[in-house]
Amino acid sequence: MADTPAISRDDVAHLARLARIDLPEDSLDHYAEQLGVILGAVAQVSEVAADDVPATSHPMPLVNVFRADVVRPSLTNAEALSGAPSVEDERFRVPRILDEE
Amino acid sequence: MSTRTNDAVLPYDEVVARFDPVLGLEVHVELGTATKMFCGCPTEFGAPPNTQVCPVCLGLPGSLPAVNEVAVESAIRIGLALNCSIAEWCRFARKNYFYPDMPKNFQTSQYDEPIAFDGWLDVDVETDEGMRTFRVGIERAHMEEDTGKTSHQGGATGRIHGADYSLVDYNRAGIPLIEIVTKPVEGTGKYAPQVAKAYVASLREILRGLGVSDVKMEQGSLRCDANVSLRPSPDAPLGTRTETKNVNSLRSIERAVRYEMTRQAAILDAGGRVTQETRHWHEDTGITTSGREKSDAEDYRYFPEPDLVPIAPSREWVERLRASLPENPHVHRARLQAGWGISDFDMASVVNAGAVEVVEATIAAGADQAAARKWWLGELLRIANERGAELEDLPITPVEVARVEALVADGALNDKLARQVIEGVLAGEGDPDQVVAARGLAVVSDDGPLLAAIDDALGAQPDVAEKIRGGKVAAAGAIVGAVMKATRGQADAARVRELLLERLGVSDQA
Repeated sequence: MADTPAISRDDVAHLARLARIDLPEDSLDHYAEQLGVILGAVAQVSEVAADDVPATSHPMPLVNVFRADVVRPSLTNAEALSGAPSVEDERFRVPRILDEE
Repeated sequence: MSTRTNDAVLPYDEVVARFDPVLGLEVHVELGTATKMFCGCPTEFGAPPNTQVCPVCLGLPGSLPAVNEVAVESAIRIGLALNCSIAEWCRFARKNYFYPDMPKNFQTSQYDEPIAFDGWLDVDVETDEGMRTFRVGIERAHMEEDTGKTSHQGGATGRIHGADYSLVDYNRAGIPLIEIVTKPVEGTGKYAPQVAKAYVASLREILRGLGVSDVKMEQGSLRCDANVSLRPSPDAPLGTRTETKNVNSLRSIERAVRYEMTRQAAILDAGGRVTQETRHWHEDTGITTSGREKSDAEDYRYFPEPDLVPIAPSREWVERLRASLPENPHVHRARLQAGWGISDFDMASVVNAGAVEVVEATIAAGADQAAARKWWLGELLRIANERGAELEDLPITPVEVARVEALVADGALNDKLARQVIEGVLAGEGDPDQVVAARGLAVVSDDGPLLAAIDDALGAQPDVAEKIRGGKVAAAGAIVGAVMKATRGQADAARVRELLLERLGVSDQA
């Protein structure tokens, strides 16, 4: 496929950082190649979908599915926190947010 | 991160003589719906932490969102009130980022298909040439959800920097938000800070009129981020902007924009370059400090939300909502001004003080328009400024102010006592009648005690008494003052004077 979008080593590093995946330096080329193959496969769709076929995000022709503004029971505090790895003061305890500074 | 960074600033007059400011204002409004945007959890402010949460707003696996119809309706009504076009078809989008204020690791928002777009709002600002109307273009108004509340623990200041860990309460996560973004606001010149303030004030008035939000800035149900940039002239390309966050009162919007203008001007003046960044406003010191520089964080990898179907408001629905819009505040104010029969200048004072609604309500409660304005723009505005609060947030209602004024009009209170009653109401001592009773405040209208006090005062100052008898009526002030003091201000000074002159057989021809 001639028009397979190339994905660079830098692209992979950038995406890994955005997704908080700690990829070792020496694996970047490996993933760049693999992701390139995937993008190439996806790009095949454009060979059959011409300009008259709009991009489809939702396969079902449904719009305006609404819920009435009526309160439903919430979880209790204990239920809400039951799956949390760490809890303090009725809240979810999470690691410090910024590594920098 | 110190809040005492002393950035250089250029004097404001010099800034506006040499630079042209451009504003961009982003306002987030929390809707007053009973439930959240995508689930049936309640939205009440102040509930115990993590008690208004469910699998949907906690982002638990397998849960699916469902759109709140009233929130969509509110978004359309806001769009219409801001003269926007309403999308025929639009989608939600995922805004991906890693920050624990959203448990899903994304915020459901709208990206390139906002529900409302391309509108405007006219705002009035007092200028050197009188009232001038500035048209602020509205780029878009879109639907999204609020984030949870994080509190940072262990750091010295309770802020992010230096924190060891954070605690998160997701009660607020998922509350419907409408983000309203202006187009670049140009041509304001030196009035940029006032235009920014007037815009948010007008917007707040409209939102309150629509009944879609309680628009309390101090509780965060209306929040403003102010983008400011400078350029050498209106023909020059736009300068680099900063985005100032945490601007949580009308007064601070004006101050923050003004401060950023003076700070950026000093950088440009010294041949430097403004850094594009988020800045934090500090109400106490009146300055902004640098937040994080925007880099990767801007890469949100938006994509259409697969779990929610598109919104396609029918034109019939939109027109029905348009027909039900309340009177535009601009028109409403003109009608009030005509009804009260006051000048543009006086009306501007009411508007600038954010007192339109309280004055209107006080008049509706029976007070005379001049008296209603006098109380709200005088004593109460002074107290509000002292407290750094908005008039409407003072713990006194228009009905109570009208009652105080009625007591003055009846002669039961004089101005001085009325101020004490107001003070008592503000201090939480009850309604005006309760304060009057508890503090024993009432004008001494019985002549008996007054005459006794007059005689005492005359006895204590025989020389003054002699002067008055001799025709020096101006000296009466000293005796009246003594009587007022003796009655702890509870006498009607005019009546005291009358009785005094009568007593001494002098006619009042000063």
